[in-house]
Amino acid sequence: MSTAFKPDETFRDSFTFRNSEAAIRRFPMPFPEDNYMYSVNIEPHTAGPPGSVTEFPIDIDEHYVAECKERALVLAAEPLRFQALPHMMSAQWDCLELIMESLARDYPQHFALARAGNRWHWINRPLGINRHFTFGEASSLDRQPLDFITRQAQGDWVVMDQREGDLWTEAGMVTTQADWSLDFDVGMTFKEWHGPVPIAHELGVFDRALKFLLNLRLGAPVRRLNWTMTVHPRLDTSPENYPFWGPDRAAVTALNAGDLVNLRVELQGLWRLPRSNAVVFSIRCYLISLRELVTVAKWGRRVHRVLKNLHPELVDYKGLARYRDAVVEWLAPYDDGVPTTPGTAPE
Amino acid sequence: MTEAATIEVEVTAIDQVTPLIKHFRLAPVDGGTLPAFSGGSHIIVVMHGAARAHRNPYSVLSPPNRLDAYEIGVRRMEESRGGSHFMHDSVRVGSRLQIAHPVNLFGLDKIARKHVLIAGGIGITPFLAMLEDLYGGPVPYELHYSVRSPEHAAFLVRLRRREGGRVHLYCDSEQQAIDFEALLGNQPLGTHVYVCGPGGMISRVAAVAKDCGWPDSHIHWEQFSAPPVGDAFEVFLARSRISVHVPPDQSLLESIEAAGVEVPYLCRGGVCGFCQTRVLEVDGELLHNDHFLSEAERASGKTIMPCVSRARCRSLLLDL
Repeated sequence: MSTAFKPDETFRDSFTFRNSEAAIRRFPMPFPEDNYMYSVNIEPHTAGPPGSVTEFPIDIDEHYVAECKERALVLAAEPLRFQALPHMMSAQWDCLELIMESLARDYPQHFALARAGNRWHWINRPLGINRHFTFGEASSLDRQPLDFITRQAQGDWVVMDQREGDLWTEAGMVTTQADWSLDFDVGMTFKEWHGPVPIAHELGVFDRALKFLLNLRLGAPVRRLNWTMTVHPRLDTSPENYPFWGPDRAAVTALNAGDLVNLRVELQGLWRLPRSNAVVFSIRCYLISLRELVTVAKWGRRVHRVLKNLHPELVDYKGLARYRDAVVEWLAPYDDGVPTTPGTAPE
Repeated sequence: MTEAATIEVEVTAIDQVTPLIKHFRLAPVDGGTLPAFSGGSHIIVVMHGAARAHRNPYSVLSPPNRLDAYEIGVRRMEESRGGSHFMHDSVRVGSRLQIAHPVNLFGLDKIARKHVLIAGGIGITPFLAMLEDLYGGPVPYELHYSVRSPEHAAFLVRLRRREGGRVHLYCDSEQQAIDFEALLGNQPLGTHVYVCGPGGMISRVAAVAKDCGWPDSHIHWEQFSAPPVGDAFEVFLARSRISVHVPPDQSLLESIEAAGVEVPYLCRGGVCGFCQTRVLEVDGELLHNDHFLSEAERASGKTIMPCVSRARCRSLLLDL
């Protein structure tokens, strides 16, 4: 996809974020059928069709520059959105390498990486960054390696150390999250971190997911989709800032839901990191307003049906209790009862 | 789970380092670099023998920051089913092999306050790469290396040259033995112990460490089992609806693969648990040779690790 960035769109206050028609067509719809329940929906993170969000391992889209600006705003106010425990330094460098290599290989018009042994030269044209540094030498960058590179990447990044048959959340950059806090969770095991998720524990989802991830292989990353909904195209729905966004949910009505409410989809990628043997978990957030969403007739029908029949505990956990009925009412006219085709493609 | 593609390598050097151990250097055929890895990792080496393919796990012993080639050490096994003999007798400089991406099931604990490494014989190989990760770092460590006799002490010169007094050598021929009670009974809190060597050594270290009050999480070991030879038997794969003959010198996993059925695997040595398979029916006895299943799981007769385990049975029905 040839990307024209929209550097001035906002994810707070004026909320000028919008999706172009092309961005709508490539939106990662998370519902392959008309109902939804948790599953271990993990698949190989292999290349999807040209133009899709999975064409490349790390997706860069029209919101790239604006999202990096938004991240900088969050970090300026709350520096603890980036954290890394001391033993995670080699994993930080692994992440930097993964992101730089991917972006430079897949988006050569925007990024370039030249490596001469440990002497690296990184160019990020959209953000105007041109930096020489020594790979593995923390003092050669003005920030920690994970901080440096994830300020130049969309989505949140969590790095998990593997030891004692578990994965420990011990480094990360988290500014575009669906109501969870790195500052609260740092140092937790895999199941502690996922403790608040309802039903899935009883289904054994986390036992299986952990077992799977402990054996995640170098060179064979995996992905899954997760979803929730957000009022306004707000990336930073953090517990820290709940007072700013929590009340928005009371404003949703069956008349304004199409413009206020966004489907929020996370493309989650998981990679084994080579030198540290850690696992990095990227949580890339895509937003689409209901009004944008119903421009694809199949998606309007499907999302209406999924929300209408959603399990009550999931309605609660995803924070939809206050406005789910309003959203279903707003979507109802877009569902004519026609059967949908299987899969997530527009048609 | 999908597998990463295998990597084509060429043998660029072979060294006989002890009477039983050969040291191989494997460089990528395309001349580029190999994937980065962490100390303690192993690779699966695929060897295409005359009769069949062998897939054996070997620890990568070269420095993790040297990616122009991987180095492995292969001990000639007396009871070989062919893999180590193939490497010793048929592989020459210039031979081509395939390898899988490194996997680490024996990594250093990153929050340990001290590392005690214990090697027996060929078990030295994973530690050679781990020492590269430890050297010059802030965490103290020591290596205890037990061999039959000085001529069997592979890589000792290079270890001593750099590690000096941190390397302690014990030769059976000189009646020297590691005093595990003294070693493990007197370590600071937060020490982790890692052992790689013969089965008896591993169980001894684990037992002594437990007696000394070490938590399980601080005791690490790795021992790849070569699939043992045994009696031939027949297995029926329920989902594939085919019958497979397992000859005496081929593992259950290899026989299933030869029949064209894919089973996900990682270590092929009974360690990782990845190839664990459901047993639907068995008329006879399962012969478990893995290091993964619990006693209760073994006793249940409901599950098997086909990479190293076999059966002595009239019939066996697997969920494959």
